[in-house]
Amino acid sequence: MSKYLLNKFLYTVDRDPALVERYREQPRELVTWWEAERANELLNCVTGEASTWLRFTGEERDALIGHDHCKLFELGAHPFLTLTLFIAMFERDNTEPLEYQKAYGARMAHFALPYPDIAT
Amino acid sequence: MASIVAVIASTHHPFYYRASTSTGADRPPFADEWVRKITAFRETLTRANPDVLVMVGSDHFHQLWLDNMPQFLVGKAPFYDANWHNEEREFGLPRMLLKGQEDLSAHILRAGLDAGFDLAFSNELRIDHSVTCPIITLRPEADLPIVPIYTNIFAPPLPRPARFVKLGEAIRTIIQEWPSHLRVAVIGTGHLSLELGGPRQFGPHGPDPEFDRRAVEWIATGDLDNCLREVTLDSLHAPGNATHGFMDFMLMMGVAGAGAKADYVDTLDLFHTMEAYFTWYPNGVPA
Repeated sequence: MSKYLLNKFLYTVDRDPALVERYREQPRELVTWWEAERANELLNCVTGEASTWLRFTGEERDALIGHDHCKLFELGAHPFLTLTLFIAMFERDNTEPLEYQKAYGARMAHFALPYPDIAT
Repeated sequence: MASIVAVIASTHHPFYYRASTSTGADRPPFADEWVRKITAFRETLTRANPDVLVMVGSDHFHQLWLDNMPQFLVGKAPFYDANWHNEEREFGLPRMLLKGQEDLSAHILRAGLDAGFDLAFSNELRIDHSVTCPIITLRPEADLPIVPIYTNIFAPPLPRPARFVKLGEAIRTIIQEWPSHLRVAVIGTGHLSLELGGPRQFGPHGPDPEFDRRAVEWIATGDLDNCLREVTLDSLHAPGNATHGFMDFMLMMGVAGAGAKADYVDTLDLFHTMEAYFTWYPNGVPA
């Protein structure tokens, strides 16, 4: 389990409008590239220092590639990060206010308390 | 010594700015009532005539991140840029620039450390909607210097509710001991019941109206005993998965003081989450 890395993906993609578009249109390409090039980047370092050990599990990688926000919730990704990024990608397709947000919640109706642990 | 002329606790609803400024078909049906309530709430700060605002909020994974996460952080900078790209994108919030009250920041940091709170600090802090929403609602001129104080209500492990209350009590004492003639208002924002990214989000009301009713009663009456008895890190999952933001309300109850009844209380039942507004005047209601 690498909840931290899931969160790092959601956090860093959300902050970059170009990456948000790539993730919406080409999720497999974006997730593969991100894991290879960005997963081990230390966020406040601009030189060569990087981590060496961060990688997704197969289940995590598949959930990201599949835009599967229910699976990400189950895996303990931070719900605020997931929601924020997915609204950025898909709210634009709304035909009425809050349509995507409500459908997002409805797809999660099978979850009951206690929710998956989000502690990293 | 400085005086605390108002203590204000509020929800921070990022949709207010867009709702209140939209017109025609874009203006939601609840906007006019919301603006009326905010305008009345704003008057409770205006009449206290503050010089400085201490702003308690919580960064929503903007500048503070899991590789280096403080529990409590005080901004100490001459200026604070405000609002982030994803807040413009999702909520239409404007970019802002606020002045800082650096000498009060320094005083809070020194006195807080000496009082047993290992406060982190930031000399370059871009603040987010947990601070700018109450600026927009309560002081839209954005003309007063601020001291931002961030709490971690977002990334577990979190401090327990009693720690938020203790920090609020300490902040009150520390400000009152600040060697200054300035008039300080302490403003903090949090949440009542709230669900984000889960099955109970964006309902017709907040996810737990009964929790909201009891929470408003605790805050309005300063009932820290019952609040602390019933609210734990575990219990806050039940009303909604983002309800740990209620601990910022508990911090503000600590600033106001145990048993202190709020001088102004108002609520607004909205979709997704309930709005709630409280003002205390520690030195009596201004004339």
